[in-house]
Amino acid sequence: MNFTLKIWRQENAKAKGRFETYKVENISSDCSFLEMLDILNESLISNKIAHPVCFDNDCREGICGMCGLYINGRPHGNDDGVTTCQLHMRKFTDGETIWIEPWRAKAFPVIRDLVVDRTAYDKIIQAGGYVSVSTGGVPDANSILIAKDKADKAMDAAECIGCGACVAACKNASAMLFVSAKVSHLALLPQGKVEAANRVQKMVEKMDELGFGNCTNTYACEAECPKLIKRSNIARLNREWICARVGKEK
Amino acid sequence: MNTLDSKIPEGPLAQKWTNYKANQRLVNPANKRKLDVIVVGTGLAGASAAASLGAMGFNVDIFCISDSPRRAHSIAAQGGINAAKNYQNDGDSVGRLFYDTIKGGDYRAREANVYRLAEVSNNIIDQCVAQGVPFAREYSGLLDNRSFGGAQVSRTFYARGQTGQQLLLGAYGALSHQIARGTVKLHERHEMLDLVLVDGKARGIIARDLTTGEIKRFAAHAVVLATGGYGNIYFLSTNAMNSNGSAEWCCHKKGAYFANPCFVQIHPTCIPVHGDYQSKLTLMSESLRNDGRIWVPKKKEDVEALRKGTLKPTDIKEEDRDYYLERRYPAFGNLVPRDVASRAAKERCDAGFGVNNTGLAVFLDFSTAIQRLGRDVIEARYGNLFQMYEKITAVNPYETPMMIYPAIHYTMGGIWVDYELQTSIPGLFAAGEANFSDHGANRLGASALMQGLADGYFVLPYTLQNYLADEIYSGKVSANSPEFDKAEESVRQRIDALMTIKGSKTVDYFHKKLGLIMWDYVGMGRNAEGLQKGLALIKELEVEFWKDVQVTGTPDSMNPELEKAIRLADYFELAKLMAKDAYHRNESCGGHFREEYQTEDGETLRNDNDYMYVAAWEYQGHNQDEVLHKEPLVYQDIEIKQRNYK
Repeated sequence: MNFTLKIWRQENAKAKGRFETYKVENISSDCSFLEMLDILNESLISNKIAHPVCFDNDCREGICGMCGLYINGRPHGNDDGVTTCQLHMRKFTDGETIWIEPWRAKAFPVIRDLVVDRTAYDKIIQAGGYVSVSTGGVPDANSILIAKDKADKAMDAAECIGCGACVAACKNASAMLFVSAKVSHLALLPQGKVEAANRVQKMVEKMDELGFGNCTNTYACEAECPKLIKRSNIARLNREWICARVGKEK
Repeated sequence: MNTLDSKIPEGPLAQKWTNYKANQRLVNPANKRKLDVIVVGTGLAGASAAASLGAMGFNVDIFCISDSPRRAHSIAAQGGINAAKNYQNDGDSVGRLFYDTIKGGDYRAREANVYRLAEVSNNIIDQCVAQGVPFAREYSGLLDNRSFGGAQVSRTFYARGQTGQQLLLGAYGALSHQIARGTVKLHERHEMLDLVLVDGKARGIIARDLTTGEIKRFAAHAVVLATGGYGNIYFLSTNAMNSNGSAEWCCHKKGAYFANPCFVQIHPTCIPVHGDYQSKLTLMSESLRNDGRIWVPKKKEDVEALRKGTLKPTDIKEEDRDYYLERRYPAFGNLVPRDVASRAAKERCDAGFGVNNTGLAVFLDFSTAIQRLGRDVIEARYGNLFQMYEKITAVNPYETPMMIYPAIHYTMGGIWVDYELQTSIPGLFAAGEANFSDHGANRLGASALMQGLADGYFVLPYTLQNYLADEIYSGKVSANSPEFDKAEESVRQRIDALMTIKGSKTVDYFHKKLGLIMWDYVGMGRNAEGLQKGLALIKELEVEFWKDVQVTGTPDSMNPELEKAIRLADYFELAKLMAKDAYHRNESCGGHFREEYQTEDGETLRNDNDYMYVAAWEYQGHNQDEVLHKEPLVYQDIEIKQRNYK
């Protein structure tokens, strides 16, 4: 397969960016999207055309959350429930022009080309996205009983990989799906209940402070989430937050 | 001179760790604040160590090469984590987990370390549950378990097919808690490029800021290396793209012995190679072998028809299928250890029974389990793995058997450590996959997560404190010493050397070539002649690399090509050591299969008289022969046997 690529190039955070056009040829349909970019980079180097395109990636099996490209106007491209590294070229048509951009959000500034700074996510977690236990002195694992459906729901939320697709998809660049996934995961479990009220307020406050937008319920985040995290988590976050604000037991 | 003191505490095996803890030295809270520790790596071992040390009150600096600690490759572990809880009442115990791990490692692991690992395994599960790790539950609300290779009990705890992710996020949460408290400082997108020794002790690191290219110095009273393994030396492996062996290698060059470098694990169930553009291999969890049955056709004509596409796997009748693991190993069946399953797949494919075009694939079939349990149950157990398989291959594994083949997965070898996880350099500790200690010549499934967290949560907090008790007198370590100047200068020179070659071939060109040499000659089957040839080819390629590699861009900006080049330059040196180690070990054990040493039915043939030792190599300089130190392995509490899974 042959493709024309329109790729966002930007030397550093302060430089002005632009789209550059490159061509790749004889790409196998079984090739992954990132492998296609590897092939492009090899040819950019070998033919001395340009410095290779920088893009974040690591596990290449859809779990580390490191990769994330805005492809033809969709985070992680035109397939559901996958990360960019799990996207394969068979999802494209031969001869197609593919637009490749970094995540666009004020809270995720561009570092170089397609690489963005997502440390804002870590800061939100540091604001309270954990159970405050230190190592040791904890009870036997089976002394805490958790109903299977609760554990399953908590796991559904905990599957979030922190890639940032929800923010990239949102017209407000809101991080509500990401924050709500962590709030839900811990609020659903007895271990997380103790600090739940404090956690939700601290995390939301930090999210606002870091420049993420508000949620206006378009649910683009849910539609584009590679791990299919549900918007019902946002409803749970809102409930947790309101109850915490009025100081009420749920 | 015996320079290898493993410092195993006195007393009976079951009392050693208790005795150690009772006698270790402590640091009082006011002094802990004055002691600095560097932790390199944020996977299970690094994150859990930093979180625990921070909670104790030490000042910790932690480094990761990715944009966030949560990206570390522990996140990709799928199947589960072992512990001797015996919640299933199926006869498990600390002693049994210890025994299975030693036996699985083919009697090449250190007894005392493994016993301690089994002992603390239960604390890990308690700790993770307290953190809110959403392990799978039964309807009663109690924790669920499943089975893994090399065990006859169900002792594996899991969170769907994402156990590593959930455990890492638990450790990342604990780490984030400490970062918020100010006890731990995070340095993301930083790569360690050298270790700094002052008066023979590890006193800091030189790191490159991967965003700006700036070379920075960090000083501390002790350094913990938790940088994972070096499986990426093969280019194609199940490791993440950024996982690399350079931190280990620079410590080795500074005097840390490298132990058993040739012990590499090849995982039997990975998606087969499909093209030369391929960048990595994807693992299909070992847990699939609980319900999946591995087979190839009995008849060559069926193989031919499959390859031509005139026959579908589902067309082949039950009696024409060879379930070769069940045939060869009736007691353990599809759940034999990884090295055994991998070799059995290679044996069938080498005999011409491989089921895809390349002849390098076997079937992993769920039809029996789907008939027995229903599709819903299988989907609940392995849904995400099946989805992953379908996304990559465009084949639906509920209807057609998966095709799998062995791939490089884990390195049992690593930096030599004593019982305290301290390396041969005082003040340098190694944890998790980066050390060599617990898995011998083959790691059992669901034991990597156990070891990483054991080291970080429950071993280092004691042993590192024991070391630091002496350091309260040394005062703040300065990064403005001649030792730091020298280390920084050598890092700059190495980067300059790579940037100025300006050759004609890319870094990946060389890495792919090195990977093929390693796979062909230092891979699943090795022999003396092949190892010699492999070594010669590595040397040739290394010379070519230093003459003709092209590293584009500048050193003072984000530059992935430079990062890859630095790592590959180290891999060439490590590759030579791996070949040398494999050549010197004239026996087969675990993942190290020397074709000259096998039983009549193709099993590994150990030589306990001559090789029951840890091979710890000491660096002597570039292209100088490394010096071998032997740590004899003494088994007090275990009867040494030929491994038998029949």
